[in-house]
Amino acid sequence: MADVGADIGYVPPAEVEEMELYHAHSFITKYVFSQDAKVIAIQYSLTAIAIGLVGLVLSWMMRLQLGFPESFDFIDPADYYQFITMHGMIMVVYLLTALFLGGFGNYLIPLMVGARDMVFPYVNMLSYWIFLVAVLVLVSSFFVEGGPTGAGWTLYPPQAILSGTPGSGGGIVLMLISLSLFIIGFTMGGLNYVTTVLQARTRGLTLMRMPLTIWGIFTATVLALLAFPALLVGSIMMTLDSLLGTSFFMPSIVNQGELLNHDGGSPILFQHLFWFFGHPEVYIVALPAFGIVSDLLSVHARRHIFGYRMMVWAIVIIGALSFIVWAHHMYVSGMNPYFGFFFATTTLIIAVPTALKVYNWTLTLWKANIQLTVPMLFALAFIVTFVNGGITGLFLGNVVVDVPLSDTMFVVAHFHMVMGVAPLLVIFGAIYHWYPLMTGRMWHKGMALFHFWVTFVGAYTIFLPIHYLGFLGVPRRYFEMGETTFIPESAQTLNAFITVVVLFVGFAQIVFFYNMIRSMTKGEKAGHNPWKATSLEWQTPEVPPGHGNFGPDLPLVYRWAYDFGVPGVKDDFVPQNIHPDKVVKA
Amino acid sequence: MIVAIGLLAVAVGTVVFHFWSPWWWTPIASNWGYIDDTIILTFWITGVVFIAVVLFMAYCVWRFKYKPEARSLYKPEDHKVEWWLTGLTTVGVAGMLIPGLFVWNQFITVPDDATEVEVFAQQWSWSYRLPGKDGKLGTSNVRLINDDNPFGVDPKDANGQDDVLIDGEDLHLPLNKPVKVLLRSIDVLHDFYVPEFRAKMDMVPGAVTYFWVEPTRAGTFDVLCFELCGVGHHAMRSQVVVESDAAYGTWLAQQTTFKQAAAAAKAKKPLAATVNGVDGVKNLVLRERSTVTAKMESVR
Repeated sequence: MADVGADIGYVPPAEVEEMELYHAHSFITKYVFSQDAKVIAIQYSLTAIAIGLVGLVLSWMMRLQLGFPESFDFIDPADYYQFITMHGMIMVVYLLTALFLGGFGNYLIPLMVGARDMVFPYVNMLSYWIFLVAVLVLVSSFFVEGGPTGAGWTLYPPQAILSGTPGSGGGIVLMLISLSLFIIGFTMGGLNYVTTVLQARTRGLTLMRMPLTIWGIFTATVLALLAFPALLVGSIMMTLDSLLGTSFFMPSIVNQGELLNHDGGSPILFQHLFWFFGHPEVYIVALPAFGIVSDLLSVHARRHIFGYRMMVWAIVIIGALSFIVWAHHMYVSGMNPYFGFFFATTTLIIAVPTALKVYNWTLTLWKANIQLTVPMLFALAFIVTFVNGGITGLFLGNVVVDVPLSDTMFVVAHFHMVMGVAPLLVIFGAIYHWYPLMTGRMWHKGMALFHFWVTFVGAYTIFLPIHYLGFLGVPRRYFEMGETTFIPESAQTLNAFITVVVLFVGFAQIVFFYNMIRSMTKGEKAGHNPWKATSLEWQTPEVPPGHGNFGPDLPLVYRWAYDFGVPGVKDDFVPQNIHPDKVVKA
Repeated sequence: MIVAIGLLAVAVGTVVFHFWSPWWWTPIASNWGYIDDTIILTFWITGVVFIAVVLFMAYCVWRFKYKPEARSLYKPEDHKVEWWLTGLTTVGVAGMLIPGLFVWNQFITVPDDATEVEVFAQQWSWSYRLPGKDGKLGTSNVRLINDDNPFGVDPKDANGQDDVLIDGEDLHLPLNKPVKVLLRSIDVLHDFYVPEFRAKMDMVPGAVTYFWVEPTRAGTFDVLCFELCGVGHHAMRSQVVVESDAAYGTWLAQQTTFKQAAAAAKAKKPLAATVNGVDGVKNLVLRERSTVTAKMESVR
């Protein structure tokens, strides 16, 4: 019976070595339609960064208008509202969400849990390609008649689909289609991340031994899987309102003197759906940043994270609470005012586990052995900006304080600090941290330090004063302030100053990109585990890790990821996969 | 050392900027001083935490700088510290939340003696309707809106006959009298905000929303739209004049009632301004109105 298969020799044998399963067999399956999570991660990241650069340029355009109104003929009000809308949506969804989960999630989950790949590699590949189509649909809205939507990134109806708003024809529909595609693509990736963390951890890696990076990404993915459907149905319903004339969100309306054929819909319903997604979205971006920054601090401070179990539970509790705070975005929306009591209370409660995370980060530094590497600097800067942005959240979350501040520049300053600047600082820190693993090379230190100081000090200088414009009563989403009785001339001077800083900090990012590209070929060889980290991704036989990640044998895990400075041990760190008998005593 | 100094500079710089910044809120002109007080309270509690965290980091970075032979302290958890921090944070949060909720309760409890004023919004102008001598606003409906009845007041409702219509002009309010501001939009979301009043609420087509306020300082204040409402959002302005009872009475006597306006319309005498479309906007339009109108056309 041994030669039964002889006439079907073109079929590979059923039994191959485990690693052989992960081989890509052609250029296309290796680099284009790849099923390797690491390649998918790079694809996700590069696409997200590319569209993020579009978002960055849009912010320059809006800052030009705010800093120097009436100076640029090529920016009219419709353009301005389109800039702010596309900037917001691109940065929140297509850059931050895609980069943290699609980028870092794909790269780090299999490596840090000791798996060979995601559990559904093919679906994982589809996830990226659908994301790419979503981005292309989004970009196409710049080229349709009327341009992209200018409804604000919150896309509130009825405005979003009425003629007084730029892009209310093709622009808004393409936006809604793009979001729907994004959500479909994300769901494919997200189910992968969750299942891989739950099912594919290597032996010995219990949940309570997982690095906080994985806890952050895992919890954020669970949030996203539960929150995005609300946006999906909202998008579909608004698309129907726009194209088929349904009235989900449309009451009786007189639009520019003409009675429309809508009746009975609720604009506030959309806001509930949007923010049921939109608030967890803040934590979808923040939780991976929380996790990653914990690991950066621990590795570079050469000390275990302080209060690991509390850090894990804080992530989980914050994630759960994030689903019952959404209407704090709607205190002045005209919803039932009694909701204010409930949502203010839940919102301020969420500050407690969040504050504990901050304390534990700083307590990790206590009696540590701090190496002020570039990733460490970014981690420290994250804490400063996150605390700053977090405390202004306590202003806005406390319902009555939100009344004068809502829709002012204070809100703009708050969310840029807390979910723009702070997570971006983590992203930069994470890129500097894992670059030696991804490329096998080290970046140029001088350029990295320049990039750090300009970005941190610059971003803080940009956003701190904007809070004070908000106190003054300067509204957000204003093409220009024009004449008012309450805004002094100095506010315009401040706006001009901020615009100059924005342009400088923006252009300084060229140094970062140059450093990253140059170092791929010219950087020093990084070698194996240059940071002396403990987690599994640094323990691979090859750098960068090859297909299947860990060679013939998966690592076994004997301890948590934070054994730094263990008493009685020679080295100041013990990797997770070192057998207890092989740990060298001091 | 540089990093510790940098962190120190951030903390000091933030405090200096806070106290020396020329940009601060406008002098209040309403009863909502409690809101300002709650903000000040929040500033102190959160400001202390921010400065403490940054200074602690600066100290650690300076004190525990890397030495190759050194080892960090191995003490994964410290329940005493963790519980103390949890407790103190909870107290701090409650210290902001509880006063805040008290003030919110006041904010949503309209006094019985408040008179009603309707703010009527559409892209991109403000109009106002006052209840007239009977103190009651007539019912209204968007389906009744036409050139002769720009507010959509129900002509069959007796309460609406004496309603005073302020069509594209400034709103006047008497000093030290509580006002329930009823908010009505006929097209998209808007938001009626006078920075000196501190109180605002979105206007939602299909519903009537409200807030209440008691003007406490005479003067003329800007009204701005505070919810993005299309290309003319930034140009949607009006003014509120807060004045003594006598001056208010004089002004009120000069205004047109719904009945008068309807009669004028019947006699084919057009109102001074109609609120239809982009006409009749006597706002502080910043750029030439035609720019916005032209853009509107191109957007369509």
